[in-house]
This record gives sequence, C-alpha cells and structure tokens, in this order.
Amino acid sequence: MEFVDTLINIGNSTIRVSVPLLLACLAGLYSERSGVFDIGLEGKMLAGAFAGAAAAAVFQSAWIGLGIGMLISVMLSLVHGFASITHRGNQIVSGVAINFIAAGSTIILGQAWFNQGGRTPSLPPEARFGSITLPGADALRDVPVIGQLYSGLLSGHSLLAYVAFLAVPFTWWVLFRTRFGLRLRAVGENPAAVDTAGISVAWLRYRAVICTGILTGIAGCYMALSQNAGFVKDMTAGRGYIALAALIFAKWKPVPAMFACLLFGFLDALAIRLQGTPLPLVGKVPVQLMQALPYILTVILLAGFIGKAIPPRAGGVPYVKER
Amino acid sequence: MSTPYAKLPGWADYGLIPLINLLVAFAVAGLVVLLVGENPFHAAVILVDGAFGSGQGIAYTLYYATNFIFTGLAVAVAFHCGLFNIGGEGQAYIAGLGVGVVCLAFDHVLPWWLTFPVAILAAAAVGALWALIPAYLQARRGSHIVITTIMFNFIAASAMVYLLVGPLKPRGAMAPQTRQLAEGAQLPKIGFLLEPFGLTVRPSVPFNLSFILALVMAVVVWAIIWRTKLGYEIRTYGFSPKAARYAGISETRIIIITMMISGALAGMMALNPIMGDQHNVSLDFVSGAGFVGIAVALMGRSHPAGIVPAAILFGMLYQGGAELAFEMPAISRDMIVIIQGLVILFAGALEHLFRPTVQTIFASLSPRSVSMAAKGERA
Repeated sequence: MEFVDTLINIGNSTIRVSVPLLLACLAGLYSERSGVFDIGLEGKMLAGAFAGAAAAAVFQSAWIGLGIGMLISVMLSLVHGFASITHRGNQIVSGVAINFIAAGSTIILGQAWFNQGGRTPSLPPEARFGSITLPGADALRDVPVIGQLYSGLLSGHSLLAYVAFLAVPFTWWVLFRTRFGLRLRAVGENPAAVDTAGISVAWLRYRAVICTGILTGIAGCYMALSQNAGFVKDMTAGRGYIALAALIFAKWKPVPAMFACLLFGFLDALAIRLQGTPLPLVGKVPVQLMQALPYILTVILLAGFIGKAIPPRAGGVPYVKER
Repeated sequence: MSTPYAKLPGWADYGLIPLINLLVAFAVAGLVVLLVGENPFHAAVILVDGAFGSGQGIAYTLYYATNFIFTGLAVAVAFHCGLFNIGGEGQAYIAGLGVGVVCLAFDHVLPWWLTFPVAILAAAAVGALWALIPAYLQARRGSHIVITTIMFNFIAASAMVYLLVGPLKPRGAMAPQTRQLAEGAQLPKIGFLLEPFGLTVRPSVPFNLSFILALVMAVVVWAIIWRTKLGYEIRTYGFSPKAARYAGISETRIIIITMMISGALAGMMALNPIMGDQHNVSLDFVSGAGFVGIAVALMGRSHPAGIVPAAILFGMLYQGGAELAFEMPAISRDMIVIIQGLVILFAGALEHLFRPTVQTIFASLSPRSVSMAAKGERA
C-alpha cells in the first residue's frame, strides 16, 4: 500500500514538473514545424511568467495575469519573427538575444516596480490558478488503486495543467487534420512549394510564431501563478532548453512530445525524491548526475544512438523569394 | 528592389552600419532605464565615468575585457567556419577544472612563471576536449552543434557543482570552492603598465598578465584565420561547405579542428579569474562571460581588430555597471544582460535592418556609386 502511495506521489510531482515543459515543447513544435528555429523558448517563458505574476499582483486576478503574460510572450515572439522572417536574420542569434533580453529585463523591472529583490509580491489564492478537484475525487479516495489514481494523480491540478495536456490532442488535430496544419508543415519542409501555391510564407510563419508565443506565455504563467505564488528571478532555470531537447527527442511530433516531457519530468521528480538515498546495485547517485540526465540523454539521442531525429527540412533557413 | 541602391564603401560597411546598430541597441536600453524611472543620460555619464574616470576603473575594465576577448575570439573562430559555438560558457567552466588541478598540484612547488604555461595548456586542452564531442557529433552524426553545445553547458555546470561540493572542496570547509592557491599559482598584476599614462592603480585591482595573453591570442587568431592554409580552409568551409567539399577539404577535420581551437580559446578564459583574481576555483566563476562572447563576436564582426574594442566596451559596461548599481540602486548589473541581448539582436539578427536605408541615402548623395555598383554587378 505504501508502495502505491509512493508511486502516486512521484507520478503527481512528475505531472506538475512536466506541465511547463510540455507547454514550451508544444510551443516550439509550432514554430519549428513552420521552419523557424526557436532557441528563445526559455526567454519567452520567463517573460511570460514575470508579466503574468506582475499583472496578477497589480490587478489581483489570475485571468488578467494570464492574458498579460501571453501578450508579452507573443510580443517577444513577434520580435523573433520580425528578425528571422521579415529581415531573414539568423534565427539562433535572434533566439539567444531574446533569452538575454528577457533574463535581464525581468530582474531590472521587477526590482524597480516591486522592490523585493527581483520577486513579484506574493499572490493571494484568488489571484492564482488553484488546484481543481475533479468531480467525485473525494468520494473515490478510499477505493484502492483506481480511486487513488483518480484522486491522487489525475485530480487536484491547476486549470493550466489540464490545458497543457488537452493541448496535445489539439495540436495533433491542428497539425494533421486542418488546412492550416498541412500548410504549416509544408512551409517547414518546402516553403517554395507553398509560395508557388499562392500562400504567403511569411504570414504562415508569423502565425506559427504567434502560437508559440501564446503557449510559452501559458507555460510561464503556470510556473508563476500555479506552481509558485509569484515570480522569482530566473525561475525557468533552463526549462526552455529542456523543452527544446524534448522536442528533438520527440522528433517534432505532439504525442511523443508529451511522453518525452513526462520522461524528463519524471527524472526531475525522481532526482528530488532520491536526494541522498542509496539505490540498489549502483549505490548513492549524485543529485547532479540525475539533474544532468535529460541533457546527457538528449546528446545521446542527437548522436543518433536512439533513432535518428530529422528536423523539418527548411528549419533555420530564411525564405528568399526567387527574383 | 526598385529604389536605387549603392554599393557601400568599406568604411560604411564595417564602421557605419555596426555603429548605427550599436546606437539603436543602446537607445532601446535607454528606454528601459527610462521605464525604471531614471535618467538614461545621467546613467550613461556615471557608467562611462565609472569605467574610464580613474586608473582604478580602467584597470577593472581591462580585467573584465580580458574574459570577453577570450570568449569573443572563441565564438568568432567558430563563426568563420559557419558554426555557432554557444558552449563557450561550459567550455570555460570545465576548463577551470584543468586550471584548478594544475594550480593545486604545482602552486607550492613551482614559481608562477612555470605554473602559468602548464595552466595555459591545461585550460586550452580541457576546453578543446569539451568542444570536441559536440564537434564530432556535428561532423560525423549530423547533430546540431547549437543544441549539443547548450546541453554541454548544462552538463559542465552539473559536473562542476558535483566536483566543487565534493572532491575538490577541502575537508571541513563550508563554501563550495577549492582551497586558496598559493603564490606559485598567482599571476602578477600589471596595473603598473597604466602608470606611465599618469594613472594610479591600487595593487588589489585584479588586472593581470592574462590580459597580455588575450592580446597575443587575438594576434594568433588573426594569423590563423587570414594567414594560414588552415584558416583559408576554415573560411572556405564557412562561406560554402559545398565549395569546400569540392576543393577536397575534409569536412570532419575542419569542423573538429575549428571547434577545438574555439574551445581552447574559451577555456583560456578560466585563467583570468582563477589565477589572476580569486585564487581559487569557485561555483559559477565564469558568470556569463561565455555568453557575452557571442555579443562581442557579433559586434566585432568576428575580426580580432573588432573583438578587442568590443570586449573593452563590454568590460566598460561591467565595471561602469557596478558603479552605476551603486549610484542608482534600481539599475543593477542585470542591465548589462539586457544590453548584451539588445546588442546581439541589433548587431546580429537584425544586422541588415538599416542597410537598405543607408544604401538609399548613399545613392541619393552620390549617383556615381550606383553606376559603379551596376558596373560591378555586370563584371
């Protein structure tokens, strides 16, 4: 019985840790599938988290926070789009720039506006996205295994967490079952063909980049308004890069992206759980190794030892119309 | 394009356009200062005065610039080969291990002038090795170097945390760092070099010999890239991998060698803070210098003659920024991170933003240059 409890505990924290990864990963999916590489997921998440927390603190409303967080994140996306779509700049350079601008300005503005050492004021429960208890969760709590799974694992997350997991089938549907999705994938593989068909490459890519902004904004708001009660400086702590790693791991597909994020989330949850406890066979594993594991796994995957990850063919290449 | 455009003269291409980009970056940074509620012009005066107003300030500026020359050169060498080495941060961090081990082994035995060359080799070797794996994966297995070098930054950080809270920490110590290094691993200060200019520098200012090493490396990089066969191959590959392949240049070899040079340069950055300033290896001693290198390389247009001034400019921002944070508490050092981002954005991703405008202006000023450009195109 205790074993089941432990598993459910780990499962629960896996889900919590995975949500921002998943949202950021899906965000990257839209952009990269359209042929715009995005290293700036990290920065956009951070900016979204800060803007969301700041707005929620000022207006005392989680919804206004979410709106502003998404808005700022979309604006940064548009900067990325302006540089890499309109001006055909280097997409990686532009993404790196956005990461720095977000990292610096969230701290400077946070300190100037709230004077709490880069934090935003602690949010009261009504200005956050609290946990939602699914119907019947309390009644089923005592039913062994199934009830425990339902009430301990599936119930009790914030609205944004459910949004994140619903975004997976939604993204799949958009990409593979709509006209927009077909064109989005086409523009990432062969923009010239899309252009020949009379569809604007730039406008398609801009729409993809806006989708990215919306999702990174939600990811940031989940961290600032659900996981924590406000913004702490540098709170994304490299999750944008892990999301990028998960995206490659998942070979730019939505459902595998969810499993990749859950895997990385699980490693993270396990690392926290196992801190200092010796494992059978291997003995005590240093926490740092567990923390580095997602990165090491990504490198191994990229090296082609776990199947080859082939990026969208036109990824990273600005589109120049033939003259 | 229907508007007439001129072929820009060299000084406009390499001087004017980067200058405009830089000015726009600083103007946007000024807006942030305004948003914080301070006067940007006043802030700029404090910043420049803090960096260049005294011998002290200049020495500190050059101390910080030393780091950025190394990392800027590292990024630039990779740029010439068409590679984006975003892993300078990790390469420098892990190279601190090489420097640290050499220093810990020899600091009681050898004088500094014997420890230093060994430490240089160790820093370069460890930095190069850390760049070797991503380079190999790029060259042979086609994995994207940007992603692998980012991953290697994180792996380096985890490894160094593990080593500094564990094996490298002296028994009984609390702080996650190595023991203090003895005199045999401390580089001499060179503040006295500024004295002929009528400046006084306190001996405590960490401006040290590695600055000279950085300048030497700038010359070495120039010589490698523009005066050797290897450099020619690197630039050929960067300009057109197809042409390089056609000319019989080995892709694997050129990528691996370039990345190892790049990693070695980034690794040497570790010498400056470890042997020149703190005299220990501590957590996060690189503190972003590897990333500043990206901005420095973009600003300096990947040429050592541009990188050294760009590094000094960022040194100025670091030193002046410290003074500024003292005078205007609302503007902490993180302001530099914003400026760094804006410089990368305007000098890197948006470098062509103002080119058409400038070309139009040039064309309207001298119609001759238009006809010259047209002639040049026909030829």
